Amino acid sequence: MVLEGAVSAASLCYCTRGMAISRRTFLKASVGGAVGLSALGFDLAPVHAAVRQLKIRNAREYKTVCPYCAVGCGTIAYTHGSGGLNTTSTVIHVEGDPDNPINGGTLCPKGASQMQLAISPRLRKSPMYRAAGANEWQEVDWDFAMDWFARKFKESRDNTFMERDAQGRTVNRTNGIAWVGSATVANEDAYLITKTMRAMGLTYIDHQARV
Amino acid sequence: MPDTLAIKRISASPSALIPLASLRSGGPVYSKLVDISKCIGCKGCEVACKEWNDLKVEQTTNFGSFQSHKDLSSNTWLLMRFNEVELGDGDDLTWMIKKDACLHCEEPGCLFACPAPGAIVQYQNGIVDFNQDNCIGCQYCVSGCPFDIPRYDKETKTVAKCNMCIDRVEAGLEPACVKTCPTNAIEWGIKEDMLALADKKIDRLRERGYEHAAVYNPGGVGGTHMMYVVPHGDRLEDYRLPAHPTASPGQLRGLNVLQRVGSYLLGFGVISALVHFLAVGPERPEESV
Repeated sequence: MVLEGAVSAASLCYCTRGMAISRRTFLKASVGGAVGLSALGFDLAPVHAAVRQLKIRNAREYKTVCPYCAVGCGTIAYTHGSGGLNTTSTVIHVEGDPDNPINGGTLCPKGASQMQLAISPRLRKSPMYRAAGANEWQEVDWDFAMDWFARKFKESRDNTFMERDAQGRTVNRTNGIAWVGSATVANEDAYLITKTMRAMGLTYIDHQARV
Repeated sequence: MPDTLAIKRISASPSALIPLASLRSGGPVYSKLVDISKCIGCKGCEVACKEWNDLKVEQTTNFGSFQSHKDLSSNTWLLMRFNEVELGDGDDLTWMIKKDACLHCEEPGCLFACPAPGAIVQYQNGIVDFNQDNCIGCQYCVSGCPFDIPRYDKETKTVAKCNMCIDRVEAGLEPACVKTCPTNAIEWGIKEDMLALADKKIDRLRERGYEHAAVYNPGGVGGTHMMYVVPHGDRLEDYRLPAHPTASPGQLRGLNVLQRVGSYLLGFGVISALVHFLAVGPERPEESV
C-alpha cells in the first residue's frame, strides 16, 4: 500500500505541475510507468484501471419498458448529463432491468439495440407520402400528412359507417377502417388511441406486436 | 480499488514468462459458461456486445446461413457461428452453434507472442485485455492465438478482440453478452462455481441422451475463462473448437534466448564502436579528386 501511495502521489505531482499535459498523455505516461515498474514487482493495478472507465458511470438512470413487443421487458435507459437546467440529455445506453420480474435484465437483439430508436441517424423524422399511381415516395410535412389522413379517414368512415346490423341491432360501427397500434407508443398514448378509435366506431383494433 | 483488477501478466515483460507475484490475493477469478444446448440463436449477445463497446456497424449480406457476419473483425468481437452439421444418416441436420469470441486463456498465447510492453495485460481475475494505446500492430498475437480470435484493424493499425467488458467487471457488473442472454445460455460467476454448474448441466444432458456431453475448458492453454458446455463433446471439430489448443510461456523460451543473444551482440557492437573511436579516432572522408 505504501508503494502504491508513493506512485499515485508521484503521478499526481506529474499531473499538477505540467498543466499542458493532456489527460491522454498522462494516462499513457502512467501506463508506461506502470509497465516499467511492474517489471520490478510493483503492483500498479490502479494505474491500469484508470485507462478505461465505465461509460455509464454517473449517468442518470430511467426505468422504462422496451417498446417493441408484447412481452414488455423492463429496461434501464442511461442518459448523460446531470439533468441540470443547462444540459440537453441524450440516451447513451440501454440495457435490461435486473429487478424486472419479466426479463430479469435480459434483452433480445432487438431490445438490446432499442437505443437506436431514439438516436439513429437513419430514423425518419417526417412522414413519407406516395400518391396514388406514383412509384416514388416523397417527404411531406406534418400538416399535409395530417390533413390528408383526416380527409381519408372521414371519407372511409362516411362510406362504411353502419348504424344497424343485419338483425336490426344498433351497432354504430365502422368496418371500413382498421387500426394497428404501435408497440413504440407509451401506455398513455395507447389509452388515447383506443378511446379515440372506439369513439370513431372502429372494431378492428390490433397491435403491431401481435401481427 | 477492487482486487479484481490485480495484474497477473504483462506482454513483453518478465511477467509474461513468470506471472507477477501479486501483493494481494487477487480477488475472484471469473468465468463465462456458455451452454450451447440452451442457445436459441437470437444473437442478442452480438448486439449487446456491439452496443456496449460502441463498435462500428458492418454491412452484412445473406450468404446462405443464419449467421450474421462471415467472420470476426476488429469491430465484431463476438460472432455466433451457425455450423450446420448432419448428425447421422438421414435428416438429423442440426446447428452446432459456437459463440466465437475470446476465450480468455489462463496461458494466453497472444500475450506470450506480443513484443509490445503493456499492449496485452492479463488480470488475476482471468481477463486478457488488449490495450490499443500500446499496440504496435505487428499482429504476432494473431498468429499466437490458438483460437484465431484477434483481428487487425487496417485503419487504426492495432489489433482488437473481446475484453470481457473489463470496464463492467471492474465496476461489479457482468459482461454485456451475459446480461442480455434471454435463455441463460451464457452464465457468469466464479470459475469454480461455473465448473460445478457445468457438471450439473452435463449430467442433465446425459440424462437426455447426449452421452458425449462435455465441458470445453482445454488444459493446453491452462483452462479458459469462457467455457462451453458442448452437447456433442465427441465432435469438437464440427463446433470449430480446436481439440488440443496449446500455448505456454515455454514455447517462446527459444525466442527469448535469441532475443538475449541479439541484445548482447548489439551491446558488443556499440562498445566496439566506442573503443574504436577512442583508439583510432573518427574516420575522415577521403578528399575527392
